[in-house]
Amino acid sequence: MDLHYMTAHAIHKLLVAREVSAAEVAEAVLARLEAVEPVVRSFVTTTPELTRAAASRADEAIARGERITPLAGIPMALKDNMCTKGVRTTCSSRMLENFIPPYDATVVVRLAEQGSGLIGKLNMDEFAMGSSTENSRFFNTKNPWDLERVPGGSSGGAVAAVAAGQAVFALGSDTGGSIRQPASFCGVVGLKPTYGLVSRYGLVAFASSLDQIGPVTRDVTDCALVLNAIAGHDPMDSTSAGYQPPDYRECLVPDIKGLRIGIPREYFGQGLDPDVERVVREAIGLMEELGAVVDEVSLPHTEYALPAYYIVAPAEASSNLARYDGVGYGFRVEGATDVVSMYMKTRSEGFGQEVKRRIMLGTYALSSGYYDAYYLKALKVRTLIRGDFDQAFKKFDLLASPTSPTVSFKFGERADNPLAMYLSDLCTIPVNMAGIPAISIPCGFSQGLPVGLQLMGKPFGEETILRAAYAYEQATPWHRRRPSLEVQQ
Amino acid sequence: MALVTISKADVEHVALLARLELTEEEKERYTQQLNNILGYMEKMNALDTAGVEPTAHVLPMQNVFREDAARPGLPRELALHNAPQAQDGMYKVPRIV
Repeated sequence: MDLHYMTAHAIHKLLVAREVSAAEVAEAVLARLEAVEPVVRSFVTTTPELTRAAASRADEAIARGERITPLAGIPMALKDNMCTKGVRTTCSSRMLENFIPPYDATVVVRLAEQGSGLIGKLNMDEFAMGSSTENSRFFNTKNPWDLERVPGGSSGGAVAAVAAGQAVFALGSDTGGSIRQPASFCGVVGLKPTYGLVSRYGLVAFASSLDQIGPVTRDVTDCALVLNAIAGHDPMDSTSAGYQPPDYRECLVPDIKGLRIGIPREYFGQGLDPDVERVVREAIGLMEELGAVVDEVSLPHTEYALPAYYIVAPAEASSNLARYDGVGYGFRVEGATDVVSMYMKTRSEGFGQEVKRRIMLGTYALSSGYYDAYYLKALKVRTLIRGDFDQAFKKFDLLASPTSPTVSFKFGERADNPLAMYLSDLCTIPVNMAGIPAISIPCGFSQGLPVGLQLMGKPFGEETILRAAYAYEQATPWHRRRPSLEVQQ
Repeated sequence: MALVTISKADVEHVALLARLELTEEEKERYTQQLNNILGYMEKMNALDTAGVEPTAHVLPMQNVFREDAARPGLPRELALHNAPQAQDGMYKVPRIV
Protein backbone atom coordinates (compact mmCIF):
# COMPACT_ATOMS: atom_id res chain seq x y z
CA MET A 1 0.00 0.00 0.00
CA ASP A 2 1.08 3.60 -0.59
CA LEU A 3 2.87 5.09 2.42
CA HIS A 4 0.52 8.07 2.45
CA TYR A 5 -2.46 5.81 3.03
CA MET A 6 -0.92 3.73 5.81
CA THR A 7 -1.86 3.88 9.49
CA ALA A 8 0.53 5.21 12.13
CA HIS A 9 0.97 1.76 13.68
CA ALA A 10 1.82 0.19 10.28
CA ILE A 11 4.34 2.95 9.55
CA HIS A 12 5.85 2.56 13.02
CA LYS A 13 6.51 -1.14 12.33
CA LEU A 14 8.29 -0.29 9.08
CA LEU A 15 10.36 2.39 10.82
CA VAL A 16 11.44 0.08 13.62
CA ALA A 17 12.27 -2.69 11.14
CA ARG A 18 14.25 -0.08 9.16
CA GLU A 19 12.34 -0.99 6.02
CA VAL A 20 11.55 2.65 5.45
CA SER A 21 12.92 5.87 6.92
CA ALA A 22 10.87 8.61 8.56
CA ALA A 23 12.23 10.96 5.89
CA GLU A 24 10.72 8.74 3.19
CA VAL A 25 7.39 8.73 5.02
CA ALA A 26 7.48 12.51 5.37
CA GLU A 27 8.28 13.01 1.68
CA ALA A 28 5.57 10.57 0.59
CA VAL A 29 2.88 12.29 2.67
CA LEU A 30 4.10 15.76 1.64
CA ALA A 31 3.99 14.76 -2.03
CA ARG A 32 0.47 13.42 -1.60
CA LEU A 33 -0.59 16.57 0.25
CA GLU A 34 0.65 18.73 -2.64
CA ALA A 35 -0.88 16.48 -5.30
CA VAL A 36 -4.43 16.39 -3.96
CA GLU A 37 -4.60 19.77 -2.21
CA PRO A 38 -5.70 21.67 -5.35
CA VAL A 39 -8.88 19.56 -5.48
CA VAL A 40 -9.55 18.67 -1.80
CA ARG A 41 -8.36 21.89 -0.08
CA SER A 42 -8.00 20.64 3.49
CA PHE A 43 -5.25 23.01 4.64
CA VAL A 44 -5.19 26.65 5.69
CA THR A 45 -1.43 26.52 6.36
CA THR A 46 1.21 23.86 5.62
CA THR A 47 4.42 23.34 7.60
CA PRO A 48 6.62 20.95 5.58
CA GLU A 49 9.73 22.12 7.46
CA LEU A 50 8.26 20.91 10.78
CA THR A 51 7.33 17.53 9.24
CA ARG A 52 10.86 17.09 7.89
CA ALA A 53 12.48 18.17 11.16
CA ALA A 54 10.44 15.62 13.14
CA ALA A 55 11.30 12.94 10.59
CA SER A 56 15.02 13.55 10.83
CA ARG A 57 14.85 13.46 14.64
CA ALA A 58 13.08 10.10 14.40
CA ASP A 59 15.63 8.78 11.89
CA GLU A 60 18.51 9.90 14.10
CA ALA A 61 16.99 8.16 17.11
CA ILE A 62 16.52 4.98 15.11
CA ALA A 63 20.11 5.20 13.82
CA ARG A 64 21.34 5.50 17.42
CA GLY A 65 19.41 2.34 18.21
CA GLU A 66 16.97 4.13 20.52
CA ARG A 67 13.42 3.01 21.08
CA ILE A 68 11.02 5.43 19.42
CA THR A 69 7.49 6.25 20.55
CA PRO A 70 4.55 4.92 18.47
CA LEU A 71 3.93 8.34 16.89
CA ALA A 72 7.57 9.37 16.33
CA GLY A 73 8.15 10.74 12.85
CA ILE A 74 4.46 10.39 11.92
CA PRO A 75 3.11 13.38 9.94
CA MET A 76 -0.02 14.78 11.58
CA ALA A 77 -2.23 17.83 11.17
CA LEU A 78 -4.29 20.00 13.51
CA LYS A 79 -7.63 21.68 13.15
CA ASP A 80 -6.84 25.39 12.94
CA ASN A 81 -8.34 26.20 16.33
CA MET A 82 -5.44 24.70 18.31
CA CYS A 83 -2.70 27.17 19.16
CA THR A 84 0.71 26.44 17.65
CA LYS A 85 3.58 28.63 18.77
CA GLY A 86 4.88 30.62 15.83
CA VAL A 87 2.44 29.01 13.36
CA ARG A 88 -0.61 30.99 12.28
CA THR A 89 -3.84 29.84 13.97
CA THR A 90 -6.87 31.27 12.20
CA CYS A 91 -10.06 29.39 13.22
CA SER A 92 -10.78 29.91 9.49
CA SER A 93 -11.85 33.41 10.43
CA ARG A 94 -10.93 36.81 9.08
CA MET A 95 -10.76 37.82 12.76
CA LEU A 96 -7.68 35.64 13.34
CA GLU A 97 -6.32 35.50 9.80
CA ASN A 98 -2.89 36.75 10.89
CA PHE A 99 -2.82 35.55 14.49
CA ILE A 100 0.49 33.94 15.50
CA PRO A 101 0.08 32.30 18.93
CA PRO A 102 2.87 32.96 21.42
CA TYR A 103 2.35 29.51 22.99
CA ASP A 104 1.43 25.90 22.17
CA ALA A 105 -1.81 24.19 23.18
CA THR A 106 -1.22 21.32 25.64
CA VAL A 107 -2.18 18.72 22.99
CA VAL A 108 0.43 20.25 20.67
CA VAL A 109 3.11 19.93 23.37
CA ARG A 110 2.11 16.31 24.01
CA LEU A 111 2.27 15.34 20.33
CA ALA A 112 5.63 17.08 20.04
CA GLU A 113 6.87 15.03 23.01
CA GLN A 114 5.86 11.93 21.03
CA GLY A 115 7.98 13.15 18.12
CA SER A 116 5.06 13.51 15.73
CA GLY A 117 5.63 16.17 13.06
CA LEU A 118 3.09 18.88 12.25
CA ILE A 119 2.31 18.94 8.52
CA GLY A 120 -0.23 21.75 8.64
CA LYS A 121 -3.30 23.47 10.03
CA LEU A 122 -6.70 22.39 8.79
CA ASN A 123 -9.70 24.22 7.42
CA MET A 124 -12.88 24.32 9.52
CA ASP A 125 -16.17 26.12 9.91
CA GLU A 126 -15.35 29.58 11.28
CA PHE A 127 -14.79 29.24 15.05
CA ALA A 128 -16.05 25.63 14.72
CA MET A 129 -19.61 26.79 14.08
CA GLY A 130 -21.14 24.68 11.35
CA SER A 131 -21.66 21.17 10.02
CA SER A 132 -20.21 21.34 6.50
CA THR A 133 -17.05 23.52 6.66
CA GLU A 134 -18.87 25.88 4.26
CA ASN A 135 -18.63 28.55 6.97
CA SER A 136 -14.85 28.83 6.55
CA ARG A 137 -14.07 32.43 5.61
CA PHE A 138 -11.33 31.16 3.27
CA PHE A 139 -12.58 28.34 1.00
CA ASN A 140 -14.60 25.12 0.86
CA THR A 141 -13.02 21.76 1.65
CA LYS A 142 -14.25 18.90 -0.55
CA ASN A 143 -15.26 15.40 0.47
CA PRO A 144 -12.57 13.11 -1.03
CA TRP A 145 -15.25 10.48 -1.77
CA ASP A 146 -17.25 12.90 -3.93
CA LEU A 147 -15.87 16.32 -4.69
CA GLU A 148 -19.34 17.79 -5.13
CA ARG A 149 -20.17 17.03 -1.51
CA VAL A 150 -19.22 18.54 1.84
CA PRO A 151 -16.74 16.79 4.16
CA GLY A 152 -19.01 17.56 7.12
CA GLY A 153 -18.01 19.92 9.87
CA SER A 154 -16.82 21.66 11.70
CA SER A 155 -13.61 19.52 11.57
CA GLY A 156 -13.97 19.18 7.76
CA GLY A 157 -10.31 19.77 6.94
CA ALA A 158 -9.21 17.18 9.51
CA VAL A 159 -11.32 14.34 8.13
CA ALA A 160 -10.68 15.25 4.49
CA ALA A 161 -6.91 15.30 5.05
CA VAL A 162 -6.91 11.90 6.79
CA ALA A 163 -9.26 10.38 4.18
CA ALA A 164 -7.27 11.78 1.25
CA GLY A 165 -3.84 10.70 2.48
CA GLN A 166 -2.59 14.20 3.32
CA ALA A 167 -1.86 13.45 6.98
CA VAL A 168 -1.61 10.13 8.82
CA PHE A 169 -3.82 11.41 11.60
CA ALA A 170 -5.28 14.67 12.83
CA LEU A 171 -6.80 16.27 15.88
CA GLY A 172 -10.27 17.75 15.63
CA SER A 173 -12.56 19.36 18.17
CA ASP A 174 -16.12 18.35 18.97
CA THR A 175 -18.59 20.78 20.58
CA GLY A 176 -21.77 19.39 19.00
CA GLY A 177 -20.63 16.50 16.79
CA SER A 178 -17.80 18.31 15.00
CA ILE A 179 -15.43 15.32 15.02
CA ARG A 180 -17.93 12.48 14.62
CA GLN A 181 -20.27 13.80 11.91
CA PRO A 182 -17.40 14.67 9.52
CA ALA A 183 -15.60 11.40 10.37
CA SER A 184 -18.78 9.61 9.33
CA PHE A 185 -19.07 11.66 6.09
CA CYS A 186 -15.46 10.90 5.08
CA GLY A 187 -15.16 7.27 6.23
CA VAL A 188 -12.59 7.71 9.01
CA VAL A 189 -12.51 7.08 12.77
CA GLY A 190 -13.31 10.04 15.03
CA LEU A 191 -13.49 10.04 18.82
CA LYS A 192 -15.03 12.65 21.10
CA PRO A 193 -13.53 11.86 24.52
CA THR A 194 -15.28 12.34 27.85
CA TYR A 195 -15.45 16.03 28.77
CA GLY A 196 -12.31 16.75 30.81
CA LEU A 197 -10.19 13.82 29.57
CA VAL A 198 -8.18 15.94 27.12
CA SER A 199 -6.88 19.39 28.03
CA ARG A 200 -8.53 22.36 26.32
CA TYR A 201 -5.61 24.67 27.12
CA GLY A 202 -4.76 26.43 23.86
CA LEU A 203 -7.94 25.35 22.10
CA VAL A 204 -9.67 28.53 20.92
CA ALA A 205 -12.87 28.51 23.01
CA PHE A 206 -16.28 28.11 21.38
CA ALA A 207 -18.56 26.66 24.10
CA SER A 208 -16.37 25.88 27.07
CA SER A 209 -18.68 23.40 28.83
CA LEU A 210 -18.97 21.32 25.63
CA ASP A 211 -15.68 21.64 23.67
CA GLN A 212 -13.41 18.61 23.60
CA ILE A 213 -10.39 17.72 21.44
CA GLY A 214 -10.14 14.23 19.96
CA PRO A 215 -8.33 12.03 17.41
CA VAL A 216 -9.23 11.60 13.72
CA THR A 217 -7.54 8.44 12.42
CA ARG A 218 -7.71 5.68 9.80
CA ASP A 219 -8.42 2.91 12.26
CA VAL A 220 -9.22 2.19 15.89
CA THR A 221 -5.65 1.21 16.80
CA ASP A 222 -4.39 4.63 15.73
CA CYS A 223 -7.25 6.21 17.67
CA ALA A 224 -6.02 4.46 20.85
CA LEU A 225 -2.40 5.53 20.19
CA VAL A 226 -3.31 9.17 19.68
CA LEU A 227 -5.60 9.16 22.71
CA ASN A 228 -2.72 7.75 24.78
CA ALA A 229 -0.66 10.75 23.73
CA ILE A 230 -3.19 13.48 24.49
CA ALA A 231 -5.32 12.22 27.41
CA GLY A 232 -4.65 13.09 31.03
CA HIS A 233 -4.81 15.83 33.61
CA ASP A 234 -3.40 19.26 32.80
CA PRO A 235 -2.98 21.90 35.51
CA MET A 236 -3.32 24.58 32.81
CA ASP A 237 -6.98 23.61 32.24
CA SER A 238 -9.06 23.96 35.39
CA THR A 239 -11.82 21.81 33.84
CA SER A 240 -9.38 18.98 33.14
CA ALA A 241 -10.44 15.90 35.09
CA GLY A 242 -8.25 14.42 37.80
CA TYR A 243 -8.36 11.03 36.11
CA GLN A 244 -5.43 8.75 35.40
CA PRO A 245 -6.03 7.33 31.92
CA PRO A 246 -5.09 3.70 31.23
CA ASP A 247 -2.94 2.51 28.32
CA TYR A 248 -5.67 2.44 25.67
CA ARG A 249 -3.73 -0.10 23.56
CA GLU A 250 -4.75 -2.69 26.11
CA CYS A 251 -8.39 -2.44 25.04
CA LEU A 252 -7.56 -3.48 21.50
CA VAL A 253 -8.92 -6.98 22.01
CA PRO A 254 -11.39 -8.35 19.45
CA ASP A 255 -13.75 -9.81 22.02
CA ILE A 256 -17.20 -8.41 22.81
CA LYS A 257 -18.90 -11.55 24.06
CA GLY A 258 -21.58 -10.60 26.56
CA LEU A 259 -21.13 -6.85 25.99
CA ARG A 260 -24.55 -5.21 26.46
CA ILE A 261 -25.36 -2.77 23.66
CA GLY A 262 -28.47 -0.58 23.80
CA ILE A 263 -30.15 0.77 20.67
CA PRO A 264 -31.79 4.12 21.48
CA ARG A 265 -35.02 4.07 19.49
CA GLU A 266 -35.21 7.87 19.33
CA TYR A 267 -32.07 7.87 17.15
CA PHE A 268 -33.86 5.82 14.52
CA GLY A 269 -36.80 8.18 14.08
CA GLN A 270 -37.95 10.75 11.61
CA GLY A 271 -35.32 12.16 9.29
CA LEU A 272 -33.17 9.02 9.27
CA ASP A 273 -32.37 8.01 5.70
CA PRO A 274 -33.74 4.44 5.18
CA ASP A 275 -30.57 3.22 3.49
CA VAL A 276 -28.35 4.68 6.24
CA GLU A 277 -30.60 2.87 8.71
CA ARG A 278 -30.14 -0.41 6.79
CA VAL A 279 -26.33 -0.08 6.87
CA VAL A 280 -26.28 0.81 10.58
CA ARG A 281 -28.66 -2.04 11.53
CA GLU A 282 -26.47 -4.49 9.60
CA ALA A 283 -23.47 -3.24 11.59
CA ILE A 284 -25.32 -3.74 14.86
CA GLY A 285 -26.41 -7.20 13.64
CA LEU A 286 -22.78 -8.11 13.10
CA MET A 287 -21.89 -7.00 16.63
CA GLU A 288 -24.62 -9.31 17.86
CA GLU A 289 -23.09 -12.17 15.83
CA LEU A 290 -19.78 -11.36 17.49
CA GLY A 291 -21.40 -12.03 20.85
CA ALA A 292 -22.81 -8.70 21.98
CA VAL A 293 -26.20 -8.72 23.68
CA VAL A 294 -28.34 -6.16 21.87
CA ASP A 295 -31.62 -4.67 23.03
CA GLU A 296 -33.67 -1.55 22.45
CA VAL A 297 -33.63 1.32 24.95
CA SER A 298 -35.37 4.68 25.22
CA LEU A 299 -33.67 8.04 25.80
CA PRO A 300 -36.94 9.97 26.14
CA HIS A 301 -35.53 13.51 26.18
CA THR A 302 -33.55 13.16 22.95
CA GLU A 303 -35.77 15.51 20.95
CA TYR A 304 -35.05 18.31 23.42
CA ALA A 305 -31.27 18.02 23.12
CA LEU A 306 -31.00 20.01 19.91
CA PRO A 307 -33.03 23.05 21.03
CA ALA A 308 -31.23 23.05 24.41
CA TYR A 309 -27.85 22.81 22.68
CA TYR A 310 -28.65 25.76 20.43
CA ILE A 311 -29.25 27.85 23.53
CA VAL A 312 -26.30 26.66 25.63
CA ALA A 313 -23.64 26.66 22.88
CA PRO A 314 -24.44 30.11 21.42
CA ALA A 315 -24.80 31.56 24.95
CA GLU A 316 -21.31 30.37 25.87
CA ALA A 317 -20.01 31.43 22.45
CA SER A 318 -21.40 34.96 22.77
CA SER A 319 -19.46 35.30 26.00
CA ASN A 320 -16.26 33.63 24.74
CA LEU A 321 -16.20 35.63 21.51
CA ALA A 322 -16.58 38.95 23.33
CA ARG A 323 -12.76 38.95 23.53
CA TYR A 324 -12.44 39.76 19.82
CA ASP A 325 -12.47 43.53 20.09
CA GLY A 326 -9.62 44.51 17.79
CA VAL A 327 -7.34 45.56 20.67
CA GLY A 328 -4.99 42.80 21.84
CA TYR A 329 -4.76 40.64 18.72
CA GLY A 330 -6.58 39.80 15.54
CA PHE A 331 -8.36 41.93 12.99
CA ARG A 332 -9.15 45.65 13.44
CA VAL A 333 -10.90 47.94 10.96
CA GLU A 334 -9.04 50.99 9.75
CA GLY A 335 -10.14 54.52 10.42
CA ALA A 336 -12.60 54.22 13.34
CA THR A 337 -12.60 57.48 15.29
CA ASP A 338 -13.96 56.28 18.63
CA VAL A 339 -13.49 53.05 20.50
CA VAL A 340 -17.09 51.75 20.47
CA SER A 341 -17.47 52.14 16.73
CA MET A 342 -14.06 50.47 16.38
CA TYR A 343 -15.39 47.46 18.34
CA MET A 344 -18.61 47.31 16.35
CA LYS A 345 -17.10 47.67 12.90
CA THR A 346 -14.25 45.28 13.72
CA ARG A 347 -16.62 42.56 14.91
CA SER A 348 -19.05 43.07 12.03
CA GLU A 349 -16.37 42.71 9.39
CA GLY A 350 -14.22 40.19 11.26
CA PHE A 351 -16.96 37.61 11.86
CA GLY A 352 -18.94 35.75 9.19
CA GLN A 353 -22.70 35.22 8.99
CA GLU A 354 -23.03 32.04 11.08
CA VAL A 355 -20.79 33.34 13.86
CA LYS A 356 -22.78 36.58 14.03
CA ARG A 357 -26.04 34.63 13.99
CA ARG A 358 -24.91 32.56 16.98
CA ILE A 359 -23.57 35.56 18.88
CA MET A 360 -26.97 37.20 18.36
CA LEU A 361 -28.83 34.07 19.47
CA GLY A 362 -26.63 33.64 22.55
CA THR A 363 -26.77 37.30 23.52
CA TYR A 364 -30.55 37.23 23.22
CA ALA A 365 -30.83 34.07 25.35
CA LEU A 366 -28.69 35.64 28.08
CA SER A 367 -30.29 39.07 27.94
CA SER A 368 -32.37 40.50 30.73
CA GLY A 369 -35.89 39.09 30.73
CA TYR A 370 -35.07 36.02 28.64
CA TYR A 371 -32.42 34.31 30.76
CA ASP A 372 -34.85 32.08 32.69
CA ALA A 373 -36.99 31.23 29.69
CA TYR A 374 -34.09 30.14 27.51
CA TYR A 375 -30.72 29.66 29.19
CA LEU A 376 -31.88 28.35 32.56
CA LYS A 377 -34.49 26.16 30.86
CA ALA A 378 -31.83 24.71 28.56
CA LEU A 379 -29.56 23.90 31.52
CA LYS A 380 -32.44 22.02 33.17
CA VAL A 381 -33.10 20.12 29.96
CA ARG A 382 -29.41 19.27 29.99
CA THR A 383 -29.86 17.61 33.38
CA LEU A 384 -32.68 15.47 31.95
CA ILE A 385 -30.57 14.45 28.95
CA ARG A 386 -27.72 13.39 31.19
CA GLY A 387 -30.28 11.50 33.31
CA ASP A 388 -31.46 9.56 30.24
CA PHE A 389 -27.91 8.33 29.65
CA ASP A 390 -27.33 7.52 33.33
CA GLN A 391 -30.48 5.38 33.30
CA ALA A 392 -29.53 3.61 30.06
CA PHE A 393 -26.02 2.86 31.30
CA LYS A 394 -27.42 1.02 34.30
CA LYS A 395 -28.54 -1.66 31.84
CA PHE A 396 -26.06 -1.28 28.98
CA ASP A 397 -22.29 -0.98 28.52
CA LEU A 398 -22.61 0.94 25.26
CA LEU A 399 -25.23 2.57 23.08
CA ALA A 400 -25.13 2.28 19.27
CA SER A 401 -26.71 4.54 16.64
CA PRO A 402 -26.07 6.18 13.30
CA THR A 403 -23.55 9.03 13.62
CA SER A 404 -25.53 11.15 11.17
CA PRO A 405 -29.07 10.61 9.86
CA THR A 406 -27.81 11.00 6.28
CA VAL A 407 -24.66 10.62 4.21
CA SER A 408 -22.75 13.71 3.07
CA PHE A 409 -24.82 16.34 1.26
CA LYS A 410 -23.99 18.63 -1.65
CA PHE A 411 -22.51 22.11 -1.34
CA GLY A 412 -25.14 24.78 -0.91
CA GLU A 413 -27.88 22.24 -0.18
CA ARG A 414 -28.42 23.40 3.41
CA ALA A 415 -26.44 26.64 3.43
CA ASP A 416 -29.49 28.92 3.29
CA ASN A 417 -31.44 27.13 5.99
CA PRO A 418 -29.64 27.24 9.36
CA LEU A 419 -32.24 25.02 11.03
CA ALA A 420 -31.90 22.22 8.42
CA MET A 421 -28.12 22.41 8.90
CA TYR A 422 -28.52 22.16 12.69
CA LEU A 423 -30.64 19.01 12.28
CA SER A 424 -27.70 17.10 10.77
CA ASP A 425 -26.26 16.94 14.30
CA LEU A 426 -29.30 15.31 15.89
CA CYS A 427 -27.51 12.07 16.86
CA THR A 428 -24.26 13.61 18.04
CA ILE A 429 -25.35 16.61 20.14
CA PRO A 430 -26.86 14.74 23.15
CA VAL A 431 -23.40 13.23 23.78
CA ASN A 432 -21.84 16.68 24.20
CA MET A 433 -24.69 17.86 26.41
CA ALA A 434 -24.13 14.84 28.69
CA GLY A 435 -20.31 15.06 28.54
CA ILE A 436 -19.95 11.35 27.67
CA PRO A 437 -17.52 9.83 25.14
CA ALA A 438 -18.52 8.57 21.67
CA ILE A 439 -16.77 7.31 18.57
CA SER A 440 -17.76 7.21 14.91
CA ILE A 441 -16.34 4.30 12.91
CA PRO A 442 -16.86 3.43 9.23
CA CYS A 443 -19.61 0.80 8.89
CA GLY A 444 -20.36 0.63 5.18
CA PHE A 445 -21.62 2.71 2.28
CA SER A 446 -24.86 4.17 1.01
CA GLN A 447 -25.01 5.57 -2.54
CA GLY A 448 -21.23 5.10 -2.69
CA LEU A 449 -20.71 7.38 0.33
CA PRO A 450 -19.39 6.36 3.76
CA VAL A 451 -21.74 5.72 6.67
CA GLY A 452 -20.65 6.00 10.30
CA LEU A 453 -21.65 3.91 13.30
CA GLN A 454 -21.69 5.83 16.58
CA LEU A 455 -20.83 4.03 19.82
CA MET A 456 -21.55 5.99 23.01
CA GLY A 457 -20.07 5.09 26.39
CA LYS A 458 -20.21 5.91 30.07
CA PRO A 459 -18.15 8.84 31.37
CA PHE A 460 -14.49 7.76 31.07
CA GLY A 461 -15.69 4.61 29.29
CA GLU A 462 -13.29 5.08 26.36
CA GLU A 463 -11.85 1.60 26.99
CA THR A 464 -15.18 -0.13 26.35
CA ILE A 465 -15.82 2.02 23.28
CA LEU A 466 -12.40 1.25 21.80
CA ARG A 467 -12.72 -2.46 22.53
CA ALA A 468 -16.09 -2.73 20.79
CA ALA A 469 -14.99 -0.52 17.89
CA TYR A 470 -11.86 -2.63 17.47
CA ALA A 471 -13.81 -5.90 17.51
CA TYR A 472 -16.19 -4.58 14.85
CA GLU A 473 -13.37 -3.17 12.75
CA GLN A 474 -11.40 -6.43 12.77
CA ALA A 475 -14.46 -8.26 11.43
CA THR A 476 -15.13 -5.79 8.59
CA PRO A 477 -13.28 -4.32 5.58
CA TRP A 478 -14.56 -0.72 5.80
CA HIS A 479 -11.54 0.88 7.46
CA ARG A 480 -9.31 -0.32 4.61
CA ARG A 481 -11.34 1.42 1.90
CA ARG A 482 -9.82 4.54 0.37
CA PRO A 483 -11.48 7.09 -1.91
CA SER A 484 -10.54 6.86 -5.59
CA LEU A 485 -9.20 10.39 -5.86
CA GLU A 486 -7.75 10.56 -9.34
CA VAL A 487 -4.83 12.96 -9.40
CA GLN A 488 -1.53 13.22 -11.21
CA GLN A 489 1.25 12.17 -8.90
CA MET B 1 -47.04 27.83 24.65
CA ALA B 2 -45.74 31.34 24.25
CA LEU B 3 -45.08 32.30 20.69
CA VAL B 4 -41.78 34.14 20.34
CA THR B 5 -41.77 37.12 18.15
CA ILE B 6 -38.61 39.06 17.72
CA SER B 7 -38.97 42.43 16.09
CA LYS B 8 -36.38 44.30 14.11
CA ALA B 9 -36.05 46.63 17.13
CA ASP B 10 -35.16 43.59 19.30
CA VAL B 11 -32.52 42.58 16.79
CA GLU B 12 -31.08 46.09 16.86
CA HIS B 13 -31.00 46.05 20.67
CA VAL B 14 -29.28 42.64 20.85
CA ALA B 15 -26.79 43.68 18.16
CA LEU B 16 -25.83 46.68 20.28
CA LEU B 17 -25.36 44.47 23.36
CA ALA B 18 -23.17 42.14 21.28
CA ARG B 19 -21.24 45.06 19.78
CA LEU B 20 -22.21 44.12 16.23
CA GLU B 21 -23.05 46.65 13.56
CA LEU B 22 -25.58 45.05 11.22
CA THR B 23 -26.57 46.15 7.73
CA GLU B 24 -30.27 46.67 6.95
CA GLU B 25 -30.22 43.42 5.00
CA GLU B 26 -28.66 41.54 7.97
CA LYS B 27 -31.25 43.00 10.35
CA GLU B 28 -34.08 41.72 8.15
CA ARG B 29 -32.48 38.31 7.71
CA TYR B 30 -31.62 37.83 11.40
CA THR B 31 -35.11 38.91 12.46
CA GLN B 32 -36.61 36.20 10.29
CA GLN B 33 -34.01 33.52 11.10
CA LEU B 34 -33.98 34.14 14.86
CA ASN B 35 -37.77 33.89 14.88
CA ASN B 36 -37.54 30.52 13.10
CA ILE B 37 -34.82 29.20 15.38
CA LEU B 38 -36.41 30.42 18.61
CA GLY B 39 -39.73 29.06 17.41
CA TYR B 40 -38.06 25.67 17.29
CA MET B 41 -36.67 26.21 20.82
CA GLU B 42 -40.25 26.57 22.06
CA LYS B 43 -40.28 22.77 21.92
CA MET B 44 -38.55 22.85 25.30
CA ASN B 45 -41.58 24.49 26.90
CA ALA B 46 -43.50 21.24 26.43
CA LEU B 47 -41.22 19.77 29.08
CA ASP B 48 -42.00 20.21 32.76
CA THR B 49 -38.71 21.11 34.41
CA ALA B 50 -40.07 22.13 37.81
CA GLY B 51 -37.71 20.85 40.47
CA VAL B 52 -34.97 19.93 37.99
CA GLU B 53 -31.53 21.24 38.90
CA PRO B 54 -29.71 23.03 36.07
CA THR B 55 -26.47 21.48 34.75
CA ALA B 56 -23.98 24.19 33.85
CA HIS B 57 -21.10 21.75 33.88
CA VAL B 58 -20.94 17.96 33.58
CA LEU B 59 -17.99 17.28 35.88
CA PRO B 60 -18.59 17.30 39.62
CA MET B 61 -15.79 19.77 40.35
CA GLN B 62 -15.64 23.22 41.82
CA ASN B 63 -13.07 25.70 43.07
CA VAL B 64 -9.99 24.28 41.41
CA PHE B 65 -7.18 25.98 43.29
CA ARG B 66 -3.46 26.11 42.72
CA GLU B 67 -0.73 27.46 44.89
CA ASP B 68 -0.60 31.25 44.84
CA ALA B 69 2.96 31.38 43.59
CA ALA B 70 4.40 33.93 41.19
CA ARG B 71 5.57 32.59 37.84
CA PRO B 72 6.77 34.28 34.70
CA GLY B 73 4.08 35.61 32.38
CA LEU B 74 4.23 36.39 28.69
CA PRO B 75 7.03 38.88 27.94
CA ARG B 76 5.58 42.28 26.99
CA GLU B 77 7.12 42.20 23.52
CA LEU B 78 5.50 38.85 22.76
CA ALA B 79 2.16 39.95 24.22
CA LEU B 80 2.13 42.98 21.93
CA HIS B 81 3.31 41.02 18.92
CA ASN B 82 -0.21 40.36 17.62
CA ALA B 83 -1.66 43.77 18.46
CA PRO B 84 -3.15 45.62 15.48
CA GLN B 85 -1.60 48.81 16.89
CA ALA B 86 0.92 49.28 19.68
CA GLN B 87 3.04 52.17 20.87
CA ASP B 88 5.53 52.66 23.72
CA GLY B 89 4.97 49.11 24.96
CA MET B 90 1.20 49.53 25.13
CA TYR B 91 -1.88 48.72 23.06
CA LYS B 92 -3.08 51.70 21.07
CA VAL B 93 -6.82 52.35 20.62
CA PRO B 94 -8.90 55.24 19.28
CA ARG B 95 -9.70 58.08 21.65
CA ILE B 96 -12.07 56.99 24.49
CA VAL B 97 -12.85 60.29 26.23
